[in-house]
Amino acid sequence: MHSKVTNHADAAIQFNLDEPRVDWHDKTLWFIREKRDLASHALPEWEQLREYASQIKNNVLSNLSQYLQEFEKNAIANGVIVHWAADAAEHNQIVHEILKKHKVDRMVKSKSMLTEECGLNEHLEHNGIEVIDTDLGERIVQLAKEPPSHIVLPCIHWKKEEIGELFHEHLGTDKGASDPKYLTAAAREHLRETFLTRRVALTGVNFAVAETGEFVVSTNEGNADMGAHLADVHIACMGIEKIIPKQQHLSVFLRLLARSATGQPITTYSSHFKKPQPHQEMHLVLVDNGRSVQLGKEDFRNSLKCIRCAACMNTCPVYRRSGGHSYHNAVAGPIGSILTPNFDMRVNKDLPFASTLCGSCSNVCPVKIDIHDQLYKWRQVLMKEGLGPTTKNASMKMMGWVLSKPALYDISGKAARWVLKNTPFVVSNGMNPWFKQREMPAPPKESFKEWYKKNRKN
Amino acid sequence: MTISHLKYKIQNLKQYEVSSRENILKVVLKNQPEERALPVIDIPVTTSHEEWVEALKKRLEILHVDVREVADYAALKDLLKQEAIPQDRTVTTISELSDVSTLIEAVKEDAHSLEDVDLAIIPAHFGVAENGAMWVTESLVKYRVLPFITQQLAIVVNRKDIVYNMHQAYQRIAGTNYDFGVFIAGPSKTADIEQSLVLGAHGPKGMTLYLLG
Repeated sequence: MHSKVTNHADAAIQFNLDEPRVDWHDKTLWFIREKRDLASHALPEWEQLREYASQIKNNVLSNLSQYLQEFEKNAIANGVIVHWAADAAEHNQIVHEILKKHKVDRMVKSKSMLTEECGLNEHLEHNGIEVIDTDLGERIVQLAKEPPSHIVLPCIHWKKEEIGELFHEHLGTDKGASDPKYLTAAAREHLRETFLTRRVALTGVNFAVAETGEFVVSTNEGNADMGAHLADVHIACMGIEKIIPKQQHLSVFLRLLARSATGQPITTYSSHFKKPQPHQEMHLVLVDNGRSVQLGKEDFRNSLKCIRCAACMNTCPVYRRSGGHSYHNAVAGPIGSILTPNFDMRVNKDLPFASTLCGSCSNVCPVKIDIHDQLYKWRQVLMKEGLGPTTKNASMKMMGWVLSKPALYDISGKAARWVLKNTPFVVSNGMNPWFKQREMPAPPKESFKEWYKKNRKN
Repeated sequence: MTISHLKYKIQNLKQYEVSSRENILKVVLKNQPEERALPVIDIPVTTSHEEWVEALKKRLEILHVDVREVADYAALKDLLKQEAIPQDRTVTTISELSDVSTLIEAVKEDAHSLEDVDLAIIPAHFGVAENGAMWVTESLVKYRVLPFITQQLAIVVNRKDIVYNMHQAYQRIAGTNYDFGVFIAGPSKTADIEQSLVLGAHGPKGMTLYLLG
């Protein structure tokens, strides 16, 4: 949860002040997009898998209440304690109660975007509980007192020299050291000690299987497992949309997830938690936080199919050049821009406009969410609600007036062409954001209408 | 559900949690769209078993896993003694290897005591060629944390137990019983610092796969 809400466009201006850094950010993410392409193109059945995944998720949404109850029943039979949370506050309270019951004031946590969404860390810290994030990227942004800027690669916006400086301050690494191997080894030592001394571990959930009551957590580092297996209490938190019907469906999703995320054929670890260890308590918190209402919106419900691979972010020309923090939400990029207005349309009214509607996000989505169509539909909703950007409101009105009067339209076109040719500074100025990183194209000599009149006889 | 779980439930069953459950399910039921059918997953595999083994070896090379082919346990023991065993603390869960390494039984020892294990040698039920992942369940490792906490990991798998893709993998898993299971595809790793790959993020820094038979 991000307390300082900003406007995407304003945040993007800030991000773009350092041009070489924006280029670096852009290239880093494009490199990951290319790895995704290599991995997906290597599978002849890739499109078939996307179709299966989409169909399975559509089936999940159409039977969600049944699957949730089936999952709950099987998880309880496996010895898991199941909780239900209507919203972020209740989720945070449930986790806090479990910690209080065990008289524990520190815990380890592996990556969970849901707990970011709910602001769990802040809530627990306010109540005197220390939370240590154990994913390396998350630990880095946590030490820097920042939220992650990317759901798979939390510190993708950090340079190694800056991480070296941060580690020097917090972990006592050598001043000026920036070798990733050296810095990772330092984090390993620091976190190993933490894993061995914490009695409660919290993890996210990638998939929860209704048929068996088990849940799957995917990591490359092994941090979720180090935490969960060494703790007396394992708390797993998930949004209610993470359910899948059958165990065999894991094959489809595990083939798609890591290939879409980083171009790996699978993450190093895909851990299937079914029963707690004999000495252990295992809790699972099912969180709604707006999802059940979103399910009722025909145009927007299928964003609930998301498996959080971040392929849409890596490919997005706007995300790559504005950075994750400009979206002021736990989930950034194109998918964040269609998910977050469901939670709060007013606070997130800027996000559906943070897109060129190029459609690349929809093309790479492994579960075939119509992301760019939903961005467009959100714009319609926001304009109707009077929540569109103010300049857009005014210019739309003006345009509607001009378009309704053919003679005026002709004159306007001529005038615009004259202006572009003779006095380009009139449009290419600070008032018009289009020119911030661009030159104006050469104006055509005549309009299509004029050309058509001249040439119709030929 | 154990008695302690039941007790926990009763002690902590707050009114709000009950009403949240009912409310969530009620709204979900009201809002869920009309029935959409599940697909039948049908991805045929046309290649041969020998090709799968070759594909696996290629994949594991990319994953920085050292692959050694051995005829049987006698040959494996010789190899281990030559190359791997002179480590400070080596443990195994494979009874055939008990005379070259310390056999871990399912004793009530605290898993934290495994923190100084240098090499753990464990079996896998089967391996998957397309991604190099080995399927390991709790009963094979005794302690869930063992394959993660060890500095180096060695996995032994039978050559005949290689499948090609994840669909075949879940066909093999279907109906089997496990409390915890994990696909392991190489050593622990991270690329969180400027996308530079580093092995040994939290778990093993290196991995060897012994292909048996």
